[in-house]
Amino acid sequence: MAERLRVHVDPDKCQGHARCKALAPELFELDEYGNAHEVGDGTVPPGLEDKAWLAKSNCPEIAIDVIEE
Amino acid sequence: MSDVSQPAAHPPVTDWVNDFDHTDPQWTDDPFPIWKELRTASPVVHTERFLGCYMPTTYEAVREIANDTKHFSSRRIIVRDVRPEVARNAAPPITSDPPVHKPAKQLLLPPFTPDAMKKLEPRMRAICNELIDGFIADDKVDAAARYGKYIPVQAIAHMLGIPESDSDLFINWIHMILELGIKDENKLLEAVQEMSAYFRTHIEERRSKPTNDLISYLMNAKNKEGQPLEESHVLGSLRLLLIAGIDTTWSAIGSSLWHLARTPADRERLIAEPGLIPTAVEELLRAYSPVTMAREVVKETTISGCPVKAGNMVLLSFPAANRDPKMFPDADKVVIDRRENRHAAFGLGIHRCVGSNLARMEMQVALEERLKRIPDFRLDPAGTVTWSQGTVRGPRQLPFLLGKAM
Repeated sequence: MAERLRVHVDPDKCQGHARCKALAPELFELDEYGNAHEVGDGTVPPGLEDKAWLAKSNCPEIAIDVIEE
Repeated sequence: MSDVSQPAAHPPVTDWVNDFDHTDPQWTDDPFPIWKELRTASPVVHTERFLGCYMPTTYEAVREIANDTKHFSSRRIIVRDVRPEVARNAAPPITSDPPVHKPAKQLLLPPFTPDAMKKLEPRMRAICNELIDGFIADDKVDAAARYGKYIPVQAIAHMLGIPESDSDLFINWIHMILELGIKDENKLLEAVQEMSAYFRTHIEERRSKPTNDLISYLMNAKNKEGQPLEESHVLGSLRLLLIAGIDTTWSAIGSSLWHLARTPADRERLIAEPGLIPTAVEELLRAYSPVTMAREVVKETTISGCPVKAGNMVLLSFPAANRDPKMFPDADKVVIDRRENRHAAFGLGIHRCVGSNLARMEMQVALEERLKRIPDFRLDPAGTVTWSQGTVRGPRQLPFLLGKAM
């Protein structure tokens, strides 16, 4: 069975660079200050796995986790 | 600006590892081999110049310092020859430390979100096209002076609600603060006073006639006690927005065009695949990061195994961090489709540039419009490219031959 991915933004590390939102707008959203959090519970819909990893590997604050479930 | 007096000269550097100087002409012209030499020598180097200053040379050491507000204060953010008393509310939040920093930063964040920038984008495209209209029929253009410079000036003037026609005034203040001010305290004070007086006039006007711009926004903002901000805070933040928003992005646009003029393969690829421009912008920001910040060591500590002592400044070179091969494979190569790019061009930690979304939008729009309308350009072999000195690095003179002159 294929692995399911979940993304999570650590709010204490996020500084609002907004790279995740630019690269994976389906998986991340921004608050009124421009700080990021995952959409819903962070579950990555099939087909968006690459974008999840891309967002993680472009976060300057290393604030994004991709959890393999 | 050519009539301003030259600041005191520093002796030329002969030993970069023990005596570095970011105002040396060699650093201004081509800093990359210097950073490599320093990085090979040690993750942190020191100079006696500037009354004592460290420089972290690796990405990791830069990150450690940027995230350590306990040992490293932002009360002084430019490495200079002198260290006069720091003014309260110099330029909040960039000159603020915790716990004062967070509320001052949060105040400025909402007007600069990606969504807010989207609303500004059509105006930016119009500005870029008006500038291009001004030289598209010519054979030659100085792309720094006639294009890159006026894009961020007009954007920030628009957001602040001040006349775009005052652009040259702003550019002169910035030159006095960021370049001449390193060695000449009077130039810096003069520019700060003039800027404050300028903004006071605009604040006065808005008392009777409120506007929908950043000046009115800050005038009406409340601190966490629900009180209006002190005048010195409002003025400090306005000075910050004007200074930080202009020659930084001017430099980034200029360096990007400089790269594309010298690298036809990258230029042709971006013309054929404009969808790649946002990725290329990140890579150009990494390779030619304009902004070097500073900290002051307020408590002795160790960085990447190197002891650092209180009383010294730190030259926090995000540009050098972004060339660290340990962090970026082929760090000295511009790879316009680089997929993994945790570059630190906008800083790391709590002082992440408040205008990063604005700068990114301006760069994308500036390159898109420019490549669409003038796909062919190269450096004019009869001209000279010159670079700004010190805190912000970018081309100040960028002579191009256009289209049919090639």
